[in-house]
Amino acid sequence: MNASPRRVAVVGADRIPFARSNSVYAHASNQDMLTVVLDGLADRFALQGERLGEVVGGAVLKHPRDRDLTREAVLGSRLAPDTPAYDVQQACGTGLETVIAVANKIALGQIDSGIAAGADTASDAPISLNEDLREILLDVNRARSAGARLRALTRLRPKQVVPETPRNEEPRTGLSMGEHTARMATEWGVTREEQDALAARSHQRLAAAYDRGFHDDLVSPYLGLERDQNLRPDSTAEKLAKLEPVFGRNGDATMTAGNSTPLSDGASAVLLASEDWARERDLPVLAYVAEAQTAAVDHVHRGEGLLMAPAYAMPRMLDRAGLTLQDFDLYEIHEAFAAQVLCTLKAWADPVFCRERLGRDAPLGEIDPDRLNVNGGSLAAGHPFAATGGRIVGGLAKALHERGSGRGVMSICAAGGQGVVAVLER
Amino acid sequence: MSTDTYGRLVNSPPGAFVARRAGLPRPVPLERHAPGDPVIRGRVLLGAAAGGRLVHAAAQVLAGTGAETATSLDEPVRSAAAAARLDAAVFNGLVPGEQRFKALVFDASGIADSTQLVALHAFFHPAIRRVERCGRIVVLGTPPSRCATPREATAQRALQGFTRSLGKEAGRGSTVQLVEVAPGAEEQLASALRFLLSPRSAYVSGQVVRIGPAAVGSGVDWERPLAGRVALVTGAARGIGEAIASTLARDGAHVVGLDVPALGADLRAVAERLGGEAMELDITDEGAPAAIAERFGPAGLDVVVHNAGVTRDRTLGKMPAERWEGLMDINLSSEERINDALLDAGVLRDNGRIVCVSSLSGIAGNAGQTNYATSKAGVIGMVEAMAPVLGERGLTINAVAPGFIETRMTGEMPVALREAGRRMNSLRQGGRPVDVAEAVAWFASPASAGVNGNVVRVCGQSLLGA
Repeated sequence: MNASPRRVAVVGADRIPFARSNSVYAHASNQDMLTVVLDGLADRFALQGERLGEVVGGAVLKHPRDRDLTREAVLGSRLAPDTPAYDVQQACGTGLETVIAVANKIALGQIDSGIAAGADTASDAPISLNEDLREILLDVNRARSAGARLRALTRLRPKQVVPETPRNEEPRTGLSMGEHTARMATEWGVTREEQDALAARSHQRLAAAYDRGFHDDLVSPYLGLERDQNLRPDSTAEKLAKLEPVFGRNGDATMTAGNSTPLSDGASAVLLASEDWARERDLPVLAYVAEAQTAAVDHVHRGEGLLMAPAYAMPRMLDRAGLTLQDFDLYEIHEAFAAQVLCTLKAWADPVFCRERLGRDAPLGEIDPDRLNVNGGSLAAGHPFAATGGRIVGGLAKALHERGSGRGVMSICAAGGQGVVAVLER
Repeated sequence: MSTDTYGRLVNSPPGAFVARRAGLPRPVPLERHAPGDPVIRGRVLLGAAAGGRLVHAAAQVLAGTGAETATSLDEPVRSAAAAARLDAAVFNGLVPGEQRFKALVFDASGIADSTQLVALHAFFHPAIRRVERCGRIVVLGTPPSRCATPREATAQRALQGFTRSLGKEAGRGSTVQLVEVAPGAEEQLASALRFLLSPRSAYVSGQVVRIGPAAVGSGVDWERPLAGRVALVTGAARGIGEAIASTLARDGAHVVGLDVPALGADLRAVAERLGGEAMELDITDEGAPAAIAERFGPAGLDVVVHNAGVTRDRTLGKMPAERWEGLMDINLSSEERINDALLDAGVLRDNGRIVCVSSLSGIAGNAGQTNYATSKAGVIGMVEAMAPVLGERGLTINAVAPGFIETRMTGEMPVALREAGRRMNSLRQGGRPVDVAEAVAWFASPASAGVNGNVVRVCGQSLLGA
């Protein structure tokens, strides 16, 4: 066995431009998109026919038919068919969790290389049999006599033709993610102006990053799309201020389609390797995976903010790594909603939250906004759930590579009251 | 006690309808304290102007009450809340949500210049219409005389205009006070803030309370702060005196009620009910001070409440001298003699309390009461003059000045006069004897060591007097 963990290199990343749902990727499946980004990496890093240590991938909105989605994508890709693969799922944390899963095996020496990937489509969403109808059909199948079968069939009702569609709501609260976040925004006193300013900055920075060619080796065109479809380069806080609120109660509703991420389609993949593996193939090292941490909150019984888990994950990771929140050159906080980012920042700077919730004598403090999401975020790019982690890891690794040295931290909130944070350094 | 028929009428559904249409005053039934109640039932919004030195102490007091709290997401209030272990919610006036508050507490001590008074507007403007019925509003500041610069003193004096006006605006049974805490007296805030936030101060509004430094007392049992302490209440047989005796007993005191022998039966009944003692004595007797000092002798006494008093109304031109002399002896001179006797003999124990009952007439004056108002203004003079002397000995002296309190005495007033008396205050109703008694109990508490030389009106912020 290896005595100590090895450094894990981020070699490169590839993704397709993210599309708004029911648009250009409407007929692309998760497997289609996942295969495309695996091929993108294979082309970019000459991995055709190469057997990698493992591919870990996932999707949040997943069809029942997609048993072992990632393995099927590998078989459809130009990677060697004898590359093993498995699926991971942790809502919007899925993408970053695949990176952590691959990185940990490389660190332990169990594999030398691997791809972490994620895809999601809100267009090609799984629609399943009506739940009542399904139970009746199963009962019919279980029945041993014709009479019993008929008795089961008498329970059929016309309304059972209505299928089950995936719902964007928390199973245990019945509230949508937006409604949960609206509660958080109210709890933290987040204003509409703050949210719109953050959203506008996200668009402006993503547009600037595209313009200077930052995404040239991170994004591959797909189905005629070259840039993220949701991106509005000329977005301003003033324009965003004109939108009607969509979440929250009348009177103090502050969340709009402009400062919330849209339902999106897309996929991303990140190539990770040991230093030796990369060196042998003359491949670059953009950055190293340094730390990772997950956390969860009890949004069900204790009424904590659904998307506040990263606020807990961060200090646990910082303490373990002996770092402070100010020890980073770059911060990537997933912009599920502008309000989520703002609530998280307020929580870290709040002596009361840090004392009562985190058990700390002093707050984690504030971060320099000029180091936050410097190349744009999910509000501009869109947010195909499982693909966001790969987008952020690829972007942060490249930004650190451009700087030459430094440390960057990522924070991603997820449904179910969960959160993932991780550190890249160079 | 007389009955506020009008108040009951306009709080009945048809009466409320008529009163609303006719624009008549509709007094809100005031919440009052019952044993076991929390200090405050509802959320408290705590705020502070930049540089406030009292917000930490206020946060500590709130933490001690167990009240639910909220603050803006600003310094110094968030750090103060965290240090006090207050799990305070966030309130942003720009996006207030549905938060309602039972109380607003604002530390204005950081305001050192008139241009900074706008901090009052910033804090209260978004919050004031979110105050619930019988809400409590307390502004904390610095006594102008203890300010470092003329500008600071100017700004701090300005706070009185704010709280007195807000008291008149607040309505719906809410009260507004200014608490001026001298530098170094921050630790003494608790008893005053708890009293002013609780329903115990139901009929106290528009007041300025001054708190000075004192030796910090040991922990007090807020439910029974007077446990193990002995209190003498004069005029305890009936009315306000009886309420004071009852309230002190509720707070744990062993109460000795004193009254004239003519009211001996009533007095003994009170004493028996309270598990205390009766002392039948005319305080104007020559030997009364010595008799009292001897009675409490070596065991000592902790609290003296000078409540006994009479009215002998007559316009001055028609007032014979004996009406003047008898009243003055009961209402003022005898109190001075008793104080002297107790202090000379060292009967009043460490951390002892003298509490006097003055009157609104002593502040505002009243036609037909030259004698009474003189005596009650004299009581205020006595409090002010003796406070520094007693303070040096670790004792305090304070007075309550009741306004229109519903008693047998007010019940005998002509109807028109009585109605006018009831309505001419911010709460649009008369107070109850217990309201006076609660203020007395606050002064009497061992936790009130920093409350010395105060005259607090229990008048619902009467229009009479300053």
